[in-house]
Parts: sequence; C-alpha cells; structure tokens
Amino acid sequence: MRRRAALGYGAAALGAMGLTLFVGWWRVDGPGAPEPPGRLPLKLTEMDFRLTDHEGQRVGPETLVRRPTMVFFGFTFCPDVCPTTLSDISGWLDALGKDTAQMNVIFITVDPERDTVEAMAEYVSYFHPAIRGWTGAQDQIARAAEGFRATYERVPIDGGDYTMNHTASVFLFDAAGGFVSMIDYHEPREFAVPKIRRALEEGTEGAT
Amino acid sequence: MNKLTIPLLATLTALALTSGVALAGSKDVVVENAWARASIGGNRPGAAYMTIHNTGDEAVMLTGLATPLSMMSEIHETTTNSDGVSSMAPASKITIAPDKRVELAPGGLHVMLMGLQGPMTEGDSFPLALSFSDGGKITVVVPILGIAARGPEG
Repeated sequence: MRRRAALGYGAAALGAMGLTLFVGWWRVDGPGAPEPPGRLPLKLTEMDFRLTDHEGQRVGPETLVRRPTMVFFGFTFCPDVCPTTLSDISGWLDALGKDTAQMNVIFITVDPERDTVEAMAEYVSYFHPAIRGWTGAQDQIARAAEGFRATYERVPIDGGDYTMNHTASVFLFDAAGGFVSMIDYHEPREFAVPKIRRALEEGTEGAT
Repeated sequence: MNKLTIPLLATLTALALTSGVALAGSKDVVVENAWARASIGGNRPGAAYMTIHNTGDEAVMLTGLATPLSMMSEIHETTTNSDGVSSMAPASKITIAPDKRVELAPGGLHVMLMGLQGPMTEGDSFPLALSFSDGGKITVVVPILGIAARGPEG
C-alpha cells in the first residue's frame, strides 16, 4: 500500500516534470514561440510587388537588382520625420559623392491614398536627385512592406485627418539583392555613411 | 525720514514686489532659434522648431500656440520604438524648469501646424504666439527655411 502510494507520487512528479518541459519547449522553440522581434527583410529577388515611380514608370523589386539599393518608407503629409529622413539621406548621398551614381535610392509611400504619382514627383524634387519616389495600390504597398518587414498603420487625428505610423529605418541591399544592413532613424552620419559604403562595396564585388 | 517718504517707500516696495511677481514666469522665457520648414502646397501640415529657454527661477508651462498661418497649432512629439517604427502624437503639456531649455527639434518635439491657410514659402516668416500657464504670452517671428532644412541654419 505504501509502496504503491510512493510509486503514485513518483509517477505524478515525473508527469509534472514532463509537462513543465513540454510547456517550456512549446513556448520557447515550439509552435507557441513568439515571432522573432527583428525579422530580416527578404532578398529583393524574393519579393513581389508592382508599383509606379514618380515618373510614371512601372517598377518592382526586380528594378532594383544589379545595383546596390537603399529603401525607406514614409509619406509626404508627414511634417517631421519624413523631411528629416529625406534630408539626412540627401546629406549622406552628398558625402558619398559620385559613388552614389550607381545606387538605387527609393522612397516608398505608406499613404498611397494621398501620395499620387504627381505628389511623389513634387516631393522628391526638393531632395537629392538620386531619390526616387514609389507609390501604387494599397495591396501592393502592403506586399512591399511585408517583404521589407516594415510596418505601417493609419492613425486618425483631430478634425477627421489622419497620420501614419511607420518603420523609419533605411534598408540597405547589395547589388545581388541581398539584405546588408539597416540605418536606424536619426543614426549619425559617421555611422550611416560607412554602412552605405559597405553596401556599395559588396555590390561591386557581387557584380564582378 | 519725513511723513511723506514712508508711505511712498511702502508703495514703491509693494510695487516692486508685485512687479517682481509679474516678472517671474513667462516674462523670463526666451525663445531661441525658431524656424519652420517650407510646405508643399497648403494641404499638408507644417512643422516649426525652436528652443524655449526659461531664464527665471520659476517653472513655466506652455499651454497654447496660435498663429494666423494655421487653424490649429499643437506641440507634437515624434517617437521611434525599438522596432524602428516612428509615430507622432500630441505631447502632454510642456513644463520648462527654472534655468532650463526645452528643445523642439526634428525627430522629437515640434510645433505641428494644421489647417494651413496658405502654403509656407521659403524666405517668408510668420508670427507664432506662445501662451504660458501664468497668463503671459510671447510672440516670435518664425522664418521659413527650405523643405530640406535640418536646423535653424538651414
């Protein structure tokens, strides 16, 4: 009777241990594991979306392959972050000089409802001439953002207007379309410019 | 001292004390390096930046902004989270501690100018009134710089 009770306790203890281990596995490595917070952008060659650039040309991820690429998201009704980012990028491009001639620099809007081709054309004209503006249908913008692992969200503001929350990082790709690194919003120029150089160099190696 | 000077002195002292009180707070606020970015057309909101310096020894709170240029002006704050997502929201009331500066700069606090009455053109300027918790008001003239400007120097 006592032995049986001891066995019973032992089995229960083992069962509890097993359950704990199982729960641990489920939550850490198993199906219950949280999404890794910093999912990396896909290769440009693995993305699929159709947009229109600010000159009315049909563009997609394949437009960007064979040259190093810099991509960032924003919207032209954004009074603070977006002009600052475009202005920062213009400064980086100036610092890089003629090396940027062989680079794609793409601004993709997250607000295609207001950012028509004409709106994008006017907006990019105020910044470095290498910067191109892409817009398109909502679903295609969503597919592009998914490929870059960027997020955006429409937020209503007073008076029936709205603003957009969005990923403000700048994504860098080599000439083969592989993701190289990311420049965070407001990263100082002394960090940003070498990162771009690296993408450019990997690009040159990739091309030869 | 004669009979006349004592009440006179008392009055003067009282005046000095009350004016001293009135002088504290927003009267000691100095707005430095104000600038704004040109807008594209008049439909998009505009942004203005400045440093608000409280040179006095009492904290002051900024309670309101007004300019004929826009229907509504508010202090907004841009924040970027650890995932690199930027968002913008009205900032809570801004208190400037004695002898401190609050900086309104790109990527952080800024004056959001909503409902522009016309485009903000580079080279123009506009008056902006700042109201404070003690009832005081300061009006600054804000120069409009280019859309790619990064600071008060352009």
